[in-house]
Amino acid sequence: MATYDFVFDGLGLRNWCGKSGGGGGETMSMAQLLTQTSGNDADASLWETPFPSMDALHEACPSFARSRDLTSGLEEGFLSIKDSLKAVVDPITQPLSWALEEALWVMQAVPWFIMIPLLMLVAWIVGRQLKLVALVAICFGFLGFVDYYIYTMQTLAIIFVCALTCVLLGVPIGIAMSRSDRVQRIMIPILDMLQTLPPFVYLIPLIFLFSVTEPKLYGIAIILYAIVPVVRLTDLGIRLVDPDVTEAADAFGMNKTQKLFNVQIPLALPNIMAGVNQTIMMSLAMVVIASLVSAPGLGVLVLRGIRSLELGVGLLSGLGIVLLAIILDRVTKAALARINVSQSR
Amino acid sequence: MKDSEIKISIRSLYKIFGDNPEPALQMVKEGMGKIELLEEHNHVLGLNNINVDVPTGKTTVIMGLSGSGKSTLIRHLNRLIEPTAGEVWVDGDNILEYTEKQLRHLRQHKMSMVFQKFALLPHRTVLQNAGLAPWVDGQNESQYADEARRWIDRVGLQGQGDQYPHQLSGGMQQRVGIARALTSNSDIMLMDEAFSALDPLIRTDMQDLLNELQVELKKTVVFITHDLDEALKLADHLVILKDGFVVQQGEPQNILLNPADPYIEDFVSDINRARVLRVRSVMLPSSDATIEQTGDIDHDDTLESVIALSEGDTSLSYRVMKDGKPVGVLNMRKLVRALVPTEQSDSSESTRLSS
Repeated sequence: MATYDFVFDGLGLRNWCGKSGGGGGETMSMAQLLTQTSGNDADASLWETPFPSMDALHEACPSFARSRDLTSGLEEGFLSIKDSLKAVVDPITQPLSWALEEALWVMQAVPWFIMIPLLMLVAWIVGRQLKLVALVAICFGFLGFVDYYIYTMQTLAIIFVCALTCVLLGVPIGIAMSRSDRVQRIMIPILDMLQTLPPFVYLIPLIFLFSVTEPKLYGIAIILYAIVPVVRLTDLGIRLVDPDVTEAADAFGMNKTQKLFNVQIPLALPNIMAGVNQTIMMSLAMVVIASLVSAPGLGVLVLRGIRSLELGVGLLSGLGIVLLAIILDRVTKAALARINVSQSR
Repeated sequence: MKDSEIKISIRSLYKIFGDNPEPALQMVKEGMGKIELLEEHNHVLGLNNINVDVPTGKTTVIMGLSGSGKSTLIRHLNRLIEPTAGEVWVDGDNILEYTEKQLRHLRQHKMSMVFQKFALLPHRTVLQNAGLAPWVDGQNESQYADEARRWIDRVGLQGQGDQYPHQLSGGMQQRVGIARALTSNSDIMLMDEAFSALDPLIRTDMQDLLNELQVELKKTVVFITHDLDEALKLADHLVILKDGFVVQQGEPQNILLNPADPYIEDFVSDINRARVLRVRSVMLPSSDATIEQTGDIDHDDTLESVIALSEGDTSLSYRVMKDGKPVGVLNMRKLVRALVPTEQSDSSESTRLSS
């Protein structure tokens, strides 16, 4: 006799349930097993009334699904749509694989004595600060000196590709959100979910979907994790553009496209760049986790440090990641500062 | 005023802000007031049956306190705000029937606007800001540069074309705003509290600049302000708004001498009448040779300048000249009496003016 028999009796569902009580020949849940072994299921006191959970209801009615049926149902559901999902997602995301492979190849193929000056040049163009260029030189010099040059370049290549993809996808999404309250209402829960979902959780379905050897597996994971700030801040930035200025744009007869590209985006640029900075930092964080699913780079060394308890390797690669983070952060912030100066009122 | 001289004509314009303005409009037409409408139906009455004619080549000042609907009204002229009901005729077209394309053409070529907070584009140089209208029309910088530079020079910003707006002071930024409006070569300039954000001395400079430009260019200017001194200094035609309807409109001198209701009396009681009133508004029209005349004054002189000329002697009389011909006589006693608001309102001169 189970606690919730009365529910099914009361609703007249007893026939649908089959015979009352008892699990019959089916597999038992852990709770059932425990009560059986302790052998006192006869008169449970009111104090011990179980929560009307799926398992408790199943006890009263064998046709009622158990929670383990739910999880296995989810799994089966995912596996059954997997092939059709893959048929759609695979071709769309294939360019990401190519881009990652190419970027990894280029960054490793270019010799260090060209690559490091090139990165210094980029830092100069973006930031226009000699201090920054020196920082870049010192950090890459150090990483090269401790023989982590190739790993650093791999990490950098992945970040470049993923952050760029985030910007290319995220800015248009942000613009769409800023233009329509409905799009914003739909997107905000999705962004909230992406931001709060532990990164490991969306690695799981991705592993089912793609083979672990494909670069897009970690590419997608990084993009999903890192795209949120650039979308949010593009939306926010455009919504914060001085309404007086957009009104002036209207008053001088600009159409919507002219207004977007010549007023709204330039004026929202400080916010958009702040989003890009955050996106880059988050892709760096994720590229380390993504080493679990075969992403190359400094994360592999961290993983090695954990797996085989090589403390020194772990610490040194951790330091390398910190240095890379500092460089990326300072360079993008220098760009942001330059935009702010040219627009300050 | 003849019909041919009218540039913009506003006819029974209503604007009601709220979710469902149509039934509210009916109630307003049946005589419901602003406060009642807000309390009972939660709709804000923005404009209530506005009928204004804006004369060509003159400065029309729309004056009112904050909340009187003046900024709402000016935004109906280029349809930045859509009215609930009414018509706006510009050069014989009802612009409320314009398509989006026609409307953009109107905004690019016929009407320009100057804003209270300047509203310059911070990422474009002064030259690029000034050339906004031709640039929106598809011209590149080399095409519009000469025209834009000419107006930048004209508003007194010689050689500042390569600066960015944030490098300029407020007054200079608003000069860029005016240059931007002038570069569009539009006949109509809408100025929304254009000088209100500037400090008093600079504001006076800018008012002088606008008056100078008006003598030279004869644009049709619609100027919004909450400052009566500024309104009287600039206006050829003055429209006073209160709670969304027109309390009084006409020649500023006339409004000053014949305030239509206590609201306007309150308004005009504080201003320096000697500086605003002109000789033509208080003189006796016939040239009476029997009175001894001390000298000649122009009909457009302010009373302040006549007082200075007479050195305060109230026994004098002056002959008033217009285009070299005598048109009237001004007795100093009459002048002094005109400086007192209440006495003047029922005097014979003012009734003559109002007719």
